[in-house]
Amino acid sequence: MYTGGFLAFLVVLALAEHFFNLSDKTIGYVFLAATIGLYALIGVMSRTASSDEYYVAGRRVPAVFNGMATASDWMSAASFIGMAGTLYVQGYDGLAFIMGWTGGYVLVALLIAPYLRKFGQYTIPDFLGARYGGNTIRLIGVVCAIVVSFVYLMAQLSGAGLIMSRFLGIEMMWGIIAALGGVLVCSMLGGMRAVTWTQVAQYIVLIIAYLIPVVWLSIKVTGNPLPQFAYGGVLEKIGELEQQFGVAAGHVVPFARTDMANFLALTFCLMVGTAGLPHVLMRFYTVPSVKEARTSVGWALLFIFLLYFTAPAYAVFAKYAVYTDVIGKGLDQLPQWVAYWGKIGVVAVCDAVDAATTIKGCTAAGNGDGIVQLKELWLHGDAIVLATPEIAGLPYVISGLVAAGGLAAALSTADGLLLTMSNALSHDFYTKVVNPNASVVQRLTIARVLLVVIAAIAAYATIHAPATILQLVGQAFSLAASAFFPALVLGVFWKRANKAGAIAGMLVGFLLAGYYIGGVGWNFNGLFGVSFFPDPAPNPANPGVDGRWFGINAISAGIFGMPAGLLTMIVVSLLTKDTSPDIKAMVENLRYPRLSKA
Amino acid sequence: MATGSEGGDARRAEYWRRTVTVTAVLLAIWFVVTYVVAFFAKPLNEFSFFGFPFAFYMGAQGSLVIYLGIIFYYARYMNRLDKEFGVAEED
Repeated sequence: MYTGGFLAFLVVLALAEHFFNLSDKTIGYVFLAATIGLYALIGVMSRTASSDEYYVAGRRVPAVFNGMATASDWMSAASFIGMAGTLYVQGYDGLAFIMGWTGGYVLVALLIAPYLRKFGQYTIPDFLGARYGGNTIRLIGVVCAIVVSFVYLMAQLSGAGLIMSRFLGIEMMWGIIAALGGVLVCSMLGGMRAVTWTQVAQYIVLIIAYLIPVVWLSIKVTGNPLPQFAYGGVLEKIGELEQQFGVAAGHVVPFARTDMANFLALTFCLMVGTAGLPHVLMRFYTVPSVKEARTSVGWALLFIFLLYFTAPAYAVFAKYAVYTDVIGKGLDQLPQWVAYWGKIGVVAVCDAVDAATTIKGCTAAGNGDGIVQLKELWLHGDAIVLATPEIAGLPYVISGLVAAGGLAAALSTADGLLLTMSNALSHDFYTKVVNPNASVVQRLTIARVLLVVIAAIAAYATIHAPATILQLVGQAFSLAASAFFPALVLGVFWKRANKAGAIAGMLVGFLLAGYYIGGVGWNFNGLFGVSFFPDPAPNPANPGVDGRWFGINAISAGIFGMPAGLLTMIVVSLLTKDTSPDIKAMVENLRYPRLSKA
Repeated sequence: MATGSEGGDARRAEYWRRTVTVTAVLLAIWFVVTYVVAFFAKPLNEFSFFGFPFAFYMGAQGSLVIYLGIIFYYARYMNRLDKEFGVAEED
């Protein structure tokens, strides 16, 4: 139903562009306003006053739709806009993101989702609190969930702001505020129920938006409408062109831009982090049964797969187009999109001899021969997805569609994250710790007020944030991997894991990862004038400084945090008292979808 | 289904043992597909597969297909195991 309506809307808009000469900006506004309006409408229609509906959508979401909602909850601005660009720039080495962000679902399916569904409460701290006993561990869970989700939310908001500002030419700050407005209407009224159905709609928008330009490009270049299968031949042609241009390490050469240790560490952190992200795991409470939870993970990965196995093809086709349409051409023969996206600052042609100082994005001087060499073209990764419709020669409507798709990706993730944080505070902190006697109305009111407060703080923080989208997202994964994964998995698979072990393990994992990210990624030493943290990674501002351990980047801090947390948890559990028979019975119960009363 | 009390504990232990075994085997496949292939990416890229260098293909598509296979296989296996051991939810 959504799909049909959406396609009809597309056709109408395409005709309107053709007949009435709609300006690009108008199309941008119509698109973004219509989609945000749709999400808000779903929110209003699904408003609810029951806490089961608000927190877990009444546990009635069928596996397929939960899979779809999980997929759009999952695929963020980084997946939609950043991924193809990263693959374009990094070639093989960018595949760490592709494998990491899909392989993690194997862990979710096998180690977490069915057991969490069997447990059947509302949040991740709920599980920690019940399994290990007491409010301390619950509070640690709340704090970790909020920090992880907050970092991740900042990345989504800056993605949404970026899209709004690029397509509508409005200021980034207003873009962020407008996007947040849409998210709030939806999640405030209907909680999880509204968010689930909005995410289903957002998935449809984002996947259509992602596929159309690259399918078109594939038909144009190879005559085959399935880019995922057609790009092998194009890859060979790129190899030939690379040789011609004298590229030392081609697109498919492994570990040319990232060393192997960082590649493997990043893949590991993204996978384990996936299995520790509260906003994703929470979704598996919403299905009706353990059986559906297992299948639902499969559906989620299938829907994610549609985008992820297209992304490498996207990058290859874009690279081919750039190599044939731009490189080796005279400055006056360049396609129009180069100038357009150059104005916006994601593409730069650096042929001029003084390019390094006069043109934004250029790092070296060109040779001034009036012809673009490979070295003289600078492309920001984000430009790939944003500019492909124009590279493929599609009408502007499709660019508007891509913007709407990117926005859907950012907003759907933001929805899930905001809800996770407000639930952690209202359900786990307020209802369980501060005021256990609160009525349903009080609880839901608190949840809604918190939603607005968190949104406001996040908007403020995003506007002043230093790191880039992909960095922020990667860091959130490392934190999640370190804090949650050991406690969740051992909680099910090892009855001996106890409260002291879980508290120690979570704290060690989370703090160690935080310490490393703070020092290496954010340069806390420099910011606060201390020497407690590791020194930052090598960069032009601090030549000769390298505080990294074994050369591992900050984004992969989980490679230290997760094993440290796991080990601490095991050692401390073994050194302290065994768990009570009650806890053992509870764990036993988790392992069977239904236990007959023997 | 009648699990009854006779041998209930042994049956339960058996169910859990099989769950852990299938989990471990599937995780081993997951590990090989991801890390072992990536570790040997350079030599593996010498082979061609559907016109792609093999390691690149695995990273971009092959491993994803195998992940999907693992998850759906697991769901099917476990749902049957539930029935066999009388711990399925719906009966």
